[in-house]
Amino acid sequence: MIAFVARRLLATIPVLGIVAVFVFLLLRLTPGDPAAVIAGENANAAQIEEIRAKLGLDRPLATQFAVWIGRVLQGDLGESFFYKKTVLDLILERLEPTLMLSLCTIVLAVAIAVPLGVLAAYRHETWVDRATMAFSVLGFSVPVFVIGYMLIQVFALELGWLPVQGYGRLSQGFGGFIERMILPSATLSVIYIALIARITRASILEVLGEDYIRTARAKGLSDAKVLRRHALRNAAVPIVTVIGIGIALLIGGAIVTESVYNIPGLGRLVVDAVLARDFPIIQAVILVFSVAYVVVNLVIDLAYTLFDPRIRY
Amino acid sequence: MTRIERLATISAVAFGTLTAAAVLAPAAAPAQTLNVVMHSDLRILDPIWTTAYIVRNHGYMIYDTLLAVDDKLDVRPQMLEKMPEVSADKLTYTFLLRDGLLWHDGAPVTSADAVASLKRWSARDSMGQKLAGFVKEWQEVDARTFKLVLKEPYGLVVQSLGKPSSNVPFIMPKRVADTSPMEQISDFTGSGPFVFKRDEWKPGDKTVYLKFDRYKPRAEPPSGLAGGKVVKLNRVEWRAIPDHQTAVNALLAGEIDYIEAPPHDLIPVLKRDRNVALVDWNPLGNQYVFRFNSLQPPFDNPKIRQAVAVAFNQEDFLKATIGDAAYYKLCKALFICGSPLESTKGTEGYLDSNFDRARAMLKEAGYDGRPIVLMQSTDLVVLTNLAPVAKDLMTRAGFNVDMQSMDWQTLVARRVKKDPPAAGGWNAALTSWVAADILNPVLTGFLNASCDTANWGWPCDQQMEKLRDDFARETDPARQRAIAEQVQARAFEIMTHIPLGQWYQPGAARKGVVDGILTAPAPVFWNVTKKGN
Repeated sequence: MIAFVARRLLATIPVLGIVAVFVFLLLRLTPGDPAAVIAGENANAAQIEEIRAKLGLDRPLATQFAVWIGRVLQGDLGESFFYKKTVLDLILERLEPTLMLSLCTIVLAVAIAVPLGVLAAYRHETWVDRATMAFSVLGFSVPVFVIGYMLIQVFALELGWLPVQGYGRLSQGFGGFIERMILPSATLSVIYIALIARITRASILEVLGEDYIRTARAKGLSDAKVLRRHALRNAAVPIVTVIGIGIALLIGGAIVTESVYNIPGLGRLVVDAVLARDFPIIQAVILVFSVAYVVVNLVIDLAYTLFDPRIRY
Repeated sequence: MTRIERLATISAVAFGTLTAAAVLAPAAAPAQTLNVVMHSDLRILDPIWTTAYIVRNHGYMIYDTLLAVDDKLDVRPQMLEKMPEVSADKLTYTFLLRDGLLWHDGAPVTSADAVASLKRWSARDSMGQKLAGFVKEWQEVDARTFKLVLKEPYGLVVQSLGKPSSNVPFIMPKRVADTSPMEQISDFTGSGPFVFKRDEWKPGDKTVYLKFDRYKPRAEPPSGLAGGKVVKLNRVEWRAIPDHQTAVNALLAGEIDYIEAPPHDLIPVLKRDRNVALVDWNPLGNQYVFRFNSLQPPFDNPKIRQAVAVAFNQEDFLKATIGDAAYYKLCKALFICGSPLESTKGTEGYLDSNFDRARAMLKEAGYDGRPIVLMQSTDLVVLTNLAPVAKDLMTRAGFNVDMQSMDWQTLVARRVKKDPPAAGGWNAALTSWVAADILNPVLTGFLNASCDTANWGWPCDQQMEKLRDDFARETDPARQRAIAEQVQARAFEIMTHIPLGQWYQPGAARKGVVDGILTAPAPVFWNVTKKGN
């Protein structure tokens, strides 16, 4: 097991190296000039050129890359072109909202989707099953921002129960935090509920046809025990895989929800940085996302051993 | 009920309980805090280093100016006791600072601070650079008095130092103003009516200002950017909400108090809500502009540039972008309708969509049908619809238009390239100017016709440059106006750019809660009151 984890962690080094080169080159090949953005509407060419030189953007690409990667290897992610703050500080400021949004979303999605999927499989070809599948299709089809604006209209503007936007830090109280987290996580969880419920239903249905389920029933176990102890456990591997992929996608994919609910998370940071061509932020955040993906995938692989003793590393 | 069904029920109940707990949780709000959504997030803090309007607005919060324009655009003393005294030969200006002006750290504001600030500003700003060309020396007489000695009379000294928009000559402490003009400052001590709370500044989230209790306002009532800057709030928070719909929803729900620039397509939603008031804080508005690249054919030929102006009409552009006629005005004046230099001189025959005449002019000028690369910005709502209108009108006049769509930052980077269009350059682009930036021939960047050193588009015309110099040297307002008319006529002759009409951007405030918003060329928050907390 330890050797497996060590091997997987070592394998992240070339992955991050390739990501670093790719992101660096992609940004430099993209049209747009941060110096022109910084200089503003009234600036002339000479002023823009001065700013470009100040930022080191007039140097050869290889030199720029060497300087950046050298700093990254020393743990220095650089300084934002615009904010005059270190990228690490900016990422740390934005990390909590994104992590909390992802966590609340996945907890909510799992809490609703797994029982729903199991129920749909258990009540196969009844109205419960059909309703779950209909919700699933709807959840996949309706864009996140539409769901977000609809929930805002109903729960924030019409009923006035919840705030329209913003993020309440945990350090400032749980009430403020959860008050502002309900609508965003409900919005974002819809697609994951749809996804996880479908996979859960399909996996349970497949398992329910197995001989050992019939044996369990023949032994006189209740339906609930059969579902929990035998069906769900054996169907867990694909469900955990989907949940894991969901977590990885959430960390980098909550951009629309962060925009609709004005949550100052990593997604918004990177979108703002892309629009302003703030290269150090984009490079660093994509590296962080890559690390997150690798770690989440590793954790999923390790989690398989909890559900299926036949899997060993 | 099976155990599975019970589990589903428990999940639903738990979620409902959390929701109820959150609904009942009280929201904390510091007393007398005005929550504002500005047109953009504040990312840079040095208003001399960049010309970005949001940084200018930040400057008005924490810094003060020697002079300022009132609501009629007349220049008034601000940090000065009175208007500067001018010697009989018009070569020496003597400035006296008001008594009792303090920096946010409690130190007094001195002549040395003012002189250092003006030197740094004049190294960056276009009007400052023009002024610097006439300056012989700055003299510090005593702690409150300083002098400006000119090499020859210059007619725009007062207008330059009272310049309302970017770069505004904000006064900073000498230790800050001594920073190289090419470096950003890192000390944000000002002497303005608000103090910047750097420890609470979270880019992408909020910017916080506190009332400066020791600020000494002028005795006169507030007017434009001049007069008494009396702060009636304890705290102002600029909240970064990039999604316009979310900002409007937050205003409707009472979570924020004021939106500086709600998009025009959401104004009907705001108008319908009885708790929202629209505020016309900048009656001068903005001007849409079509800009030629005068270096590249076919727009290196003034006759072909004129043909575009003959084909265009302002109403099509304004209807497509602003829509509601209450928020736009047809105006051919380069220096803005409603300003002291408003004129129709030289505009006759243009902007009436005379396609027959435009086609005849193109034929006469020998237009060879080469494609015109017209850049369209896709992500700024106020600009997006301009290029398709331009393309349609130009096509009807016989131009072959290749409209290329891109995001604004790509456009900003591309428009400074002098290369031929086929090699990554361009022929034409559209933008918008804040009225305060185009009130006279020197201020208006697009009238700079100094060839390679001119603004993007690079017009080249010695006569225009001479007229702008004449305007700068002239000290008599009546003669200045006559020269401005000549400048306008010449601008339409060589066609540096085409004005596409004025448009207005109202703010939106909570009715009965927010009051006292001043009409001014830049949004300011002194004099504003808030009821309710």
